[in-house]
Amino acid sequence: MKRPWLPMAVCLLWALLAIAGSWLPLDPNQIHLDSILLAPGTGAILGYDDLGRPILDRLILGARTSFLVAIWVVSLSATIGILIGTISAYIGGWLDLVIVRVIDIFMAFPGILLAIAMAGIMGPGINNVVIALSVVGWVGFARLARAQTLSVRERDHVAAAISMGTRTHRIIFRHLLPLISAPLIVEATFGVAAVIISEAGLSFLGLGVQPPESSWGSMIRDGARYMLVTPHMVLAPGVALMLVVLSVNLLGDWLRDVMDTRIRQTGTDK
Amino acid sequence: MLRFLTYRLFSTLLVCTGVSIMVFLLIHMVPGDPVDMMLGESARPADRAALRHALGLDQPLWTQFSQYFSGLFQGNLGVSIHSSRPVSELLLERAPATIELALAALLVSVIIALPMGVLAAVRRNTLWDRGAMAFSLLGVSIPNFWLGPMLILVFSLGLGWFPVSGREYSGSLVLPAITLGTAMAAVLSRMVRSSLLEVLGEDFIRTARAKGMPERIVVWKHALLNALLPVITLLGLQLGVLLGGAVITETVFSWPGLGKLTIDAILRRDYPVVQGAILLISITYVVVNMLTDIIYGIVDPRIRLGSTK
Repeated sequence: MKRPWLPMAVCLLWALLAIAGSWLPLDPNQIHLDSILLAPGTGAILGYDDLGRPILDRLILGARTSFLVAIWVVSLSATIGILIGTISAYIGGWLDLVIVRVIDIFMAFPGILLAIAMAGIMGPGINNVVIALSVVGWVGFARLARAQTLSVRERDHVAAAISMGTRTHRIIFRHLLPLISAPLIVEATFGVAAVIISEAGLSFLGLGVQPPESSWGSMIRDGARYMLVTPHMVLAPGVALMLVVLSVNLLGDWLRDVMDTRIRQTGTDK
Repeated sequence: MLRFLTYRLFSTLLVCTGVSIMVFLLIHMVPGDPVDMMLGESARPADRAALRHALGLDQPLWTQFSQYFSGLFQGNLGVSIHSSRPVSELLLERAPATIELALAALLVSVIIALPMGVLAAVRRNTLWDRGAMAFSLLGVSIPNFWLGPMLILVFSLGLGWFPVSGREYSGSLVLPAITLGTAMAAVLSRMVRSSLLEVLGEDFIRTARAKGMPERIVVWKHALLNALLPVITLLGLQLGVLLGGAVITETVFSWPGLGKLTIDAILRRDYPVVQGAILLISITYVVVNMLTDIIYGIVDPRIRLGSTK
């Protein structure tokens, strides 16, 4: 399988800009009154927005927002979801029954809708975005981890570990999790793409980060307002968002093939 | 069959109850006092007390819950704070627009996905296949709040074919439906492709080909009909994505449906309307999924035997 160099480069650039953004000489909030809505090329590479702020600088600030939210939400929801899913499947009994019902209830909400409602009710801000998206996000990991654990928990080495008196948490962390990690890593990668879009969506609706902070979603919303005058304001953040999401998805596709999760899944079922 | 139906109905009822409890609890997630959030810090104490009483927030949680729940059974979802109209009335007024949009988006996605998925499967590993899969990847990677403005930019502002927003004109539905349907078409075409590829490898297809049946009939009649079963289930599940996406798409195009109502209510802190809309959309989703499951169970006996075991 060919390595997806280009998507890797895009993701790397995204992460680098997000991390190094605070040390770069940027003026995302500097207002240039004589440059309002100026098109790209004239002074700034990507032009200026409706308040005369350089779009490139705000784009980099937005990369930081999407990166931070994506990393936090995926780490939080993966940790919580995997723990709940694995424990539920391994211990079984009434605990498993209750957890499956809870998962069903969470699955009953269209994901983004629940996030919109929670972010809207808790009030805007990056912390509430992370909480809302994690509350929605853990379910997928829990479901997957539960199904995977069910398929490997009857294996001989687990039985051997139990018979030697190994503690439950050690069995889960040392004997089960490593076996089921491949599909979970793939799920986490696609999760990053989904969270980037959701964060931008919440910010588009005005429920995400607040000004003067920047998000690609709120940039798209502001840009759409001035579309008739000049389209560059809506084009720049949209292209950035699409490129990153596309790259993360391609990376996920590649990881799935490399880790061979489908073959592994069918192999363990039999 | 009866056991399958009872099981499915019972679990749906359980999920619906859970969903209502969560929606009820939503308003208690407001940081601090919901009344403060709605009226602002400067409101008069008398107004606060009146709103608190109107929302039932001055009563113990358990009483609030039982009132909310008995209200649900009578179709009483409370009263909008902004317009002082019953929430159920507002929801019924807006629902047709959302149903119209969702059905149109569904149509768009099927029109795109079916031929594309079939073409990709039949011409596997050719340029057609790769093109279809590239479209599919692009479709899930373009958020609808960007695709919408782009379509407006090209087809409304540029070419002037369709109105920019609203629902008044005959062409109003086209751009929102394409915006909402694209992501679903992307997922659907992948599913059609993989499902069809699986069926095309089965023995009865080889038999059909061996007896000299035209390839066209083998693919479109024998293979596709069997391949569509899992696709139908996916359609049910994708309805959730569709309803969630409708919230954003309706905002982009100022489409006067439930999604726009929800967002407006959130921005106005009109919590009873937010609760009512979320509840209605989620319950619709659950019920549609139950119906898909039951239909699937009728069509394919393997399913209903499997889930009651």
